[in-house]
Amino acid sequence: MAFKRHVDRLPIIPAGAKRHNVTCQFCIVGCGYNAYTWPINEQGGTSRDENIFQLDLTEQQPADTDAWYAPSMYNVVKQNGHDVHMVIKPDYECVVNSGLASARGGRMAEMSYSEARSTQQQRLTDPMVWRQGMKVPTSWEDALDLVAKVTVAVIKEQGEDGLFVSAFDHGGAGGGYENTWGTGKLYFEAMKIKNIRIHNRPAYNSEVHASRDMGVGELNNCYEDAELADTLMVVGANPHETQTNYFLNHWIPNLKGQSMAKKQELLSDEEHAPARIVIVDPRRSLTVNACEVAASKKNVLHLAIQSGSDLALLNAMLTYAAEQGWIDEDFIAAHTEGFAAARLANSMSVEQAAEICGVAASDIIKATSWIAEPKSDGHRRRTMFAYEKGLIWGNDNYRSNAAYVNLALATGNIGREGGGCVRLGGHQEGYVRPSDDFIGRPAPYVDKLLIEGRGGVHHIWGCDHYKTTLNASEFKRHYNERTNKVKAVMDSVPSGDRDAQVEAILGAIRDGGLFVVDMDIVPTKIGEAAHVLLPAATSGEMNLTSMNGERRMRLTERYMDPPGQAMPDCLIAARIANAMEATLREQGDEAYADQFQGFDWQNEEGAFMDGYHQNAAGGEFVDYEALRAMGNNGFQEPATGLEEGRIVGSKRLYTDGVFSREGGKALFMEAQWRGLQAPGKQEQKDNYPFLINNGRANLVWQSAYLDQDNEFVTDRWPYPFIEMNLQDMDELDVAEGDLVEVWNDAGSTQAMVYPTPSAKRGETFMLFAFPTGVQGNVVNEGTNELIIPNYKQTWGNIRKFSAKPRSVNHLSFKSKEYPVL
Amino acid sequence: MRCRKLVDIGRRQFLTGGAVAAAASATALLPTTTQAQQMPIRARLDYPSEMLANIAELTENVPLDVAYPDDFAPGVLVKFGRAVEGGVGPDADIVGFSTICPHKGFPLIYDEDDRTFSCPGHYSRFDPEAGGMQIWGQATQNLPQYILRVESNGDIFAEGVDELLYGRLSNMF
Repeated sequence: MAFKRHVDRLPIIPAGAKRHNVTCQFCIVGCGYNAYTWPINEQGGTSRDENIFQLDLTEQQPADTDAWYAPSMYNVVKQNGHDVHMVIKPDYECVVNSGLASARGGRMAEMSYSEARSTQQQRLTDPMVWRQGMKVPTSWEDALDLVAKVTVAVIKEQGEDGLFVSAFDHGGAGGGYENTWGTGKLYFEAMKIKNIRIHNRPAYNSEVHASRDMGVGELNNCYEDAELADTLMVVGANPHETQTNYFLNHWIPNLKGQSMAKKQELLSDEEHAPARIVIVDPRRSLTVNACEVAASKKNVLHLAIQSGSDLALLNAMLTYAAEQGWIDEDFIAAHTEGFAAARLANSMSVEQAAEICGVAASDIIKATSWIAEPKSDGHRRRTMFAYEKGLIWGNDNYRSNAAYVNLALATGNIGREGGGCVRLGGHQEGYVRPSDDFIGRPAPYVDKLLIEGRGGVHHIWGCDHYKTTLNASEFKRHYNERTNKVKAVMDSVPSGDRDAQVEAILGAIRDGGLFVVDMDIVPTKIGEAAHVLLPAATSGEMNLTSMNGERRMRLTERYMDPPGQAMPDCLIAARIANAMEATLREQGDEAYADQFQGFDWQNEEGAFMDGYHQNAAGGEFVDYEALRAMGNNGFQEPATGLEEGRIVGSKRLYTDGVFSREGGKALFMEAQWRGLQAPGKQEQKDNYPFLINNGRANLVWQSAYLDQDNEFVTDRWPYPFIEMNLQDMDELDVAEGDLVEVWNDAGSTQAMVYPTPSAKRGETFMLFAFPTGVQGNVVNEGTNELIIPNYKQTWGNIRKFSAKPRSVNHLSFKSKEYPVL
Repeated sequence: MRCRKLVDIGRRQFLTGGAVAAAASATALLPTTTQAQQMPIRARLDYPSEMLANIAELTENVPLDVAYPDDFAPGVLVKFGRAVEGGVGPDADIVGFSTICPHKGFPLIYDEDDRTFSCPGHYSRFDPEAGGMQIWGQATQNLPQYILRVESNGDIFAEGVDELLYGRLSNMF
């Protein structure tokens, strides 16, 4: 049976319901929503004066109405200890999404913790400590004391390099400026922890080092630029599925010609046409499909390159554009340096690139013309350059990123309307921390060090390496072995004897063991190995600030209680600091104890004021009161002032041609093609028949940490899909829905076969980071020189191990593509 | 040329360009005071048992326009020629679905080639051979399916809906 809720009516939001500003807690786009709450024993009615819409709800409402919400948008939650009704529905007044809900954000209410309706009962509610073979609830005081005592003991023995940390640094759920500041202050100010890594990669590094080194911050335009561009170019991204409402509300209108009036109004002295789009992706994604429907095939150029050959393509486009005189000489002369050297070093003919990329030379010329050739009225073409994980987690990250920014700079498209060279982003951002310069570059390859037995204690904040790291099979083997050593000794001493317990743990650590403290909102796969679990609050259970992909900052107002004893990460970090300070004072180490002062925030607003307000560029203009007044449209960072109580922001960066480098000039970078760069990739390609390309699907947020407890999602995807070519399926004798093992020299995993007519021979695409089949198991340990993982270039073999199980038997395996006429 | 049919909801004022018009007229008839209001309230709605068509009217893979549970809720009956989820009739192959997208209320288009519904608004797709499962899309629920019953003379009755219909906070007014 397809999952059905059998809900035939919903409580109506009464006229007097409380309304909270909410930015979607999931993807980078940060759609505006509102949470409406009202007492459990009240309800709205259908007559105009009885409901918040002031509409007669005995009538069928039209398409795209504000006065409807899906069952997934409703729940009963606790607010100040009392059950209340809650509806979280998209905000029609928000300029980001204009009332659109995605298949992720549209389930925020249903994916909230509800005792009354039994949703998200997986949430962590109490601190838990390993006792006699299981994790048992305990008090915050007890858990924090153990964490502090073991952490201090390890530091005393191994120095601060013995403390390993995995910490989110994003906005949205579990993140936000409050929480990144809390952890950042603990590990970068009170301590100087260099063995730290970020939620989705094995080191503490930028995914866009090259862009930053060139003086170009990676989020430099605004979403409106997608409506104003003459041409959109996108490399290694699938915005229809992963930045859905940015794509639907800002790209599609331009492709359909619906933003022509805006173009003519804002850019009145040049000719305009509906946008064309160049999409670089080895796979025919649903973005290609939707663009063809919206703009017709003739305005969509899909360059289905060989996996990992982006750099060759981008260098050839730069070379060709320069040869044709299509570059912006004035801009290059005034605002950049290094062009001549980069052009020479990166020189690549169209023919060479065609050979490497496996696409027609004429298509490379066409793409270059679409992005660079001046318009017939002589005006420079406005091109927006977008990219994401296909490039970031693909071959030769640094050089490929550089080559793309080279192209955007050479065509004068950064800092102008309809331009920009931007990563599309995964999650929202919320980064303000003390300096991390002491970590160095390249940063330590933390996951490898953990495999090698380094470190004694590991603090994990909202990360799940078991699902989201490379070389995951080997990582899990070593990690389980190390953490089990500690579990064994913890079982051997009475847990009430703290001194004996700490000494036993230290003994196990000296023997290669690892003590793990896991802060999260839900139980994770890596959390199973942990010795202490500390329950965190998420967006909406706390006030939380983040910015989206156009640097639009908003405050999500707390609309419900966190489950049980859970509290915001920033306060957990503060309480760990307090406990470490107390432990150090007990031991008489006053000097070190003093470093842990300044963590006396009583709530998340305290962390915000200590962090963002005092440390972010323009932070002095930003506080909760001002953000509340700015509503779901917020402002675009950086703030530059206040006018009549409203924060003044910055629509685009670099409009003055001054870039983020000393001297203000952007730098062109040399970035020669050198084949598959990461160790072991070419060998894997040579030895295994199938590309195991991988990425996201629109229904699943991140590692499915909430979706794994949402029936609508688990019904559709009980296992991660692997899209396969039909002939390949015939040759392997596998059918739709079959469960297959995917394996290679790095490890093995499993997936569910999804027949895909558009898939190329020998090229598959598997859902990434899914709990019931971890793609990272088959990704080898090879990274780039700055420890950026390369997930995309993975090759393996495939074999069937099971026909459709019951949970798969009822699924649809029809094409996901909208039919193109 | 692919063959597909716009499932007509009887009011063709939907999409022109990207604009959206009303799914149902705002001047819809108000419901009369119903019998239900005079009876004890039940936990679930009392859906009407309504004859939508006779089996003889159905041609395989050609949707027949219907409306249920009232005239402002367009849908179709489809006969697939093989047993499918929720199917009724001698071959368990007849199903009925709402044809309004549960994401934003746009009318769905039926594709006879692969027997799917697609939404021109935001590209969502549904499979009526798999209980209305969203194949891919923006909605947070699968397509509402009718609970059907077939009389011995072939008359097909709808007697319920398994999901909330778009544009109404109660499936029946």
